[in-house]
Amino acid sequence: MSGEVGTNVGGTGTLVAERAGAPVVELGLPLVGGSNVRAQGAGTSGLEAEELERSERLAQVRTGELGSVHSWELVTAVDGPGTRMTVFLSGCPLQCLYCHNPDTWEMRRGTSVTAEELLRRIGRYRRVFAATGGGLTISGGEPLMQPAFVKRLLRGAKAMGIHTTIDTSGYLGRACTDEMIDDLDLVLLDIKSGDEETYKRVTGRELAPTLEFGRRLAEHGTPMWIRFVLVPGLTDAVENVEKVADHVQALSTVERVEVLPFHQMGRDKWAELGMRYELDGVRAPSAELVERVRDQFRARGLTVM
Amino acid sequence: MPLTAASLRRDSALPRAWEGFVPGPWADRIDVRDFVQRNYTPYTGDGEFLAGPTPRTLAVWDELTPMFAVEREKGVYDVDAATPSTITSHRPGWIDKERELIVGLQTDAPLKRAIMPNGGWRMVEQALATYGYAAPREIVDVFTKYRKTHNDGVFDVYPPAVRAARSSHLITGLPDGYGRGRIIGDYRRVALYGVDALIEGKRLEKASLDMERSTEDVIRDREELAEQIRALGELAQMASSYGLDISRPARTAREAVQWLYLAYLGAVKEQNGAAMSLGRTSTFLDVYLQRDLEAGVLTEEQAQELVDDFVIKLRIVRFLRTPEYDALFSGDPTWVTETIGGMGEDGRPLVTRTSFRYLQTLRNLGPAPEPNLTVLWSERLPEGFKRFCAEMSIDSSAIQYESDELIRSSWGDDAAISCCVSPMRVGKQMQFFGARVNLAKALLYAINGGRDEMTGRQVGPVTAPVEGEVLDYDDVVAKFDRMLDWVAQTYVDALNCVHYMHDKYAYERLEMALHDRTVLRTLACGIAGLSVVADSLSAIKHTTVRALRTTDGLVTEYAIEGEYPTFGNDDDRVDDIAAWVVRTFMAKLRQQPTYRNALHTQSVLTITSNVVYGKATGSTPDGRRYGEPFAPGANPMNGRDTHGMLASALSVAKLPYSEAQDGISLTSSVLPSGLGRTRAEQVANLVGLLDAYTLSTGYHMNVNVLDRTTLLDAMEHPESYPQLTVRVSGYAVNFVRLTREQQLDVLSRTFHGAV
Repeated sequence: MSGEVGTNVGGTGTLVAERAGAPVVELGLPLVGGSNVRAQGAGTSGLEAEELERSERLAQVRTGELGSVHSWELVTAVDGPGTRMTVFLSGCPLQCLYCHNPDTWEMRRGTSVTAEELLRRIGRYRRVFAATGGGLTISGGEPLMQPAFVKRLLRGAKAMGIHTTIDTSGYLGRACTDEMIDDLDLVLLDIKSGDEETYKRVTGRELAPTLEFGRRLAEHGTPMWIRFVLVPGLTDAVENVEKVADHVQALSTVERVEVLPFHQMGRDKWAELGMRYELDGVRAPSAELVERVRDQFRARGLTVM
Repeated sequence: MPLTAASLRRDSALPRAWEGFVPGPWADRIDVRDFVQRNYTPYTGDGEFLAGPTPRTLAVWDELTPMFAVEREKGVYDVDAATPSTITSHRPGWIDKERELIVGLQTDAPLKRAIMPNGGWRMVEQALATYGYAAPREIVDVFTKYRKTHNDGVFDVYPPAVRAARSSHLITGLPDGYGRGRIIGDYRRVALYGVDALIEGKRLEKASLDMERSTEDVIRDREELAEQIRALGELAQMASSYGLDISRPARTAREAVQWLYLAYLGAVKEQNGAAMSLGRTSTFLDVYLQRDLEAGVLTEEQAQELVDDFVIKLRIVRFLRTPEYDALFSGDPTWVTETIGGMGEDGRPLVTRTSFRYLQTLRNLGPAPEPNLTVLWSERLPEGFKRFCAEMSIDSSAIQYESDELIRSSWGDDAAISCCVSPMRVGKQMQFFGARVNLAKALLYAINGGRDEMTGRQVGPVTAPVEGEVLDYDDVVAKFDRMLDWVAQTYVDALNCVHYMHDKYAYERLEMALHDRTVLRTLACGIAGLSVVADSLSAIKHTTVRALRTTDGLVTEYAIEGEYPTFGNDDDRVDDIAAWVVRTFMAKLRQQPTYRNALHTQSVLTITSNVVYGKATGSTPDGRRYGEPFAPGANPMNGRDTHGMLASALSVAKLPYSEAQDGISLTSSVLPSGLGRTRAEQVANLVGLLDAYTLSTGYHMNVNVLDRTTLLDAMEHPESYPQLTVRVSGYAVNFVRLTREQQLDVLSRTFHGAV
């Protein structure tokens, strides 16, 4: 007989009853020819643009039912932990010289999408977020240009148990209500410069609101990743970086600092938009320069990428 | 399967060979899976235990390094043009006789290629001429006057429709002039049972046919079994030329590796198959390695040495091929595919320490395209193994991943990948390799009433071409659907002719001897140009596409107004079209009668032929220009997948595996920075991506973690990158061995990454 455990195999005289091995699961017949058709997906279509009358449109924008969306993307490792759906919203109050998405500055250039529609797409990736430790990142443009819309998205995502992040300059931090902060698991806070003058030269705006927003997040206990774009000749001055690092050091909930080397990949977009680009001759920072800046942050005990 | 136990137990050598193994049905009949299931030790730890290369291993590998450089320069290192290869044709050969632990070469010297003319003489002749060799007169006479080849047979029987579809490149890459390959012998059987027991089993199988009436099928089975028995005898003879007696089962780990390798070696001495895959051997061999380790007669370093030495042998498998063949399947691939990992039916991982040891060869010997290391990925695999695979991918780009859940639920837990993406139950299933049809061209034929868009010649049946200026979606779809009826019929006709003749003139005696008598045969059809078709139909549906005609009414160019949803962005509006194409063509294939009642399957895979296909196809309604390459496999068209690597993959994951059971291939390239800022983050994120993709019913993913600048530099200075490995479509190649055209194609692909 075959298959009996404990038979005397090969006549060695050794009984092997104590080593039964694993119970072997018998294989069934192979499934072939379409007999294991999987269920089709829910059939959610790509984001549908909403076309409304102007008055109705404005009403919905006010309530946050409708937003102006530039694009979305599934990205890994850049806009927060894991694989994330990053939604780029249109509209930004700053005009950073090195912006690589100048096409997101104007809200009118975006596509009108309802929060409901966008949440449907976000929900579709729940499994992806769970498997990769990722979630939703709202970026832009400046997400806080459309606070009511962002509020709905954050609430909707949290209701589905999805990790949430916004990528913001903090300039419009006041538009972010405490209720919204409660729905945020992480904030990517871009501090474009530490020196008031440099900040103004880079962005055309004031630094103070960003720092204020950072302090508010820290008080709330909201984790932060600080981002600093390193542009040779613009933001790389030792004192400028020192000031950023000092500000960051004072924020207790900062988990990491990302020093992002400037690159020229956004240049073509400026030309396409017919806008004057001031950083034409600027090169990416050298590896040494990047390390110097990172060390300035590290010197304060910060985790730097 | 007839019993062989009685004979096995009479053999006095057996008790020692199987000592310590848990018995079961495998001891009474040939059942390798049962042996593995009862005896293997799952390993859930990490790679800490692994050993590096020994000086001995490196010395053997270093013998070969300068030879690889010569080979790269000349195309081949050496050829024996005078000896048609059989299992026993060549005297034994060594790389470094003193040092080798696992022995055996295809010919009497490493990298010396043999001729295998049974597939077709013309290919052999062209290949020899290309590299400056010529066969002796008497050999030429044998294969041109006295011995008919597979190639001759096929061209005796091709109907005119097949010839026309073939010469217009609607059907390309058919194995009608070369070995079909894609068959995996269960090489483990030789180690576990020894050749004598296998011969006895085959004799009993043959005897079971003695009382059957001698109908055509029965006669063929008897002849095939007779050939199988003969081949097993030759295998033992070849082994004894190396002083090894494989008539009995392997007694030690070293013997198990050696026996298994010799079985495989016999196959690659006999067949120049397009893909000569190895199967699923690591966990099987682990049982032997583990037994010797536990007995204290082997150290970890020695265990790794055996694996390293075995892999060195697999890396130098060579076939003589023509430049045309190389244009289709670039970089001299042999597809020595080894399937690693996966989960068992009982929920235990099939990961063992030897699964790690196989992957460790990428470190010990450096990256290499062969053997084609394929991991069956499941989210349920042990974390340590998942992370180890991810690390290896990031370091070497030499691993491909396939969905264990999809494969196991269809084919069970002892299935292996043949070639790139074709799963089959080892020893119980084989396939009739069918290359592929160019569906983008078929769409153009539908638009042009069966005329070829490049030559104007009537190739397909005369049907009504599209009328008017603007293409109408419903009209084009209806015409395409009808054209596909003809394509499916012509295609299966071609494959039936090919495989009838291959069985007759170039039968895989040894590989089939390592199968059960009754095997499941699949007719592995394939399609190319899927993303071109999906995008074309999407353009016609969502924008205005105007047909531009030549003076004699042939549509050769298209003008597109507006934007349309493109495949590769997780957008159902177009992804549904792609899935429809796959389902529709599969349904049409299933209606065709097949040779030996093979079961129809389909793959979405191009290997590197996407470049050649593109060259042979005119402009398409998606805006792709005349001659531009297709995307490889099921990939979205380059640059049209703009929502990230995973969104691109999720579009591909929607293609129904049930309608493409021979596999759906996706190749993704990602910049290291696109996976994370630190190594730990990169590893964790790659694991997450693979989990997410397979959980979303993705089937296959080739992962390249590469910098474009590295590739550009390698094009300029190939000598500095002898081991730079990239995954193309279902296999890996040395980047520097690709044609320049294909290198540029790899560079033009979407590199997903952070900016």
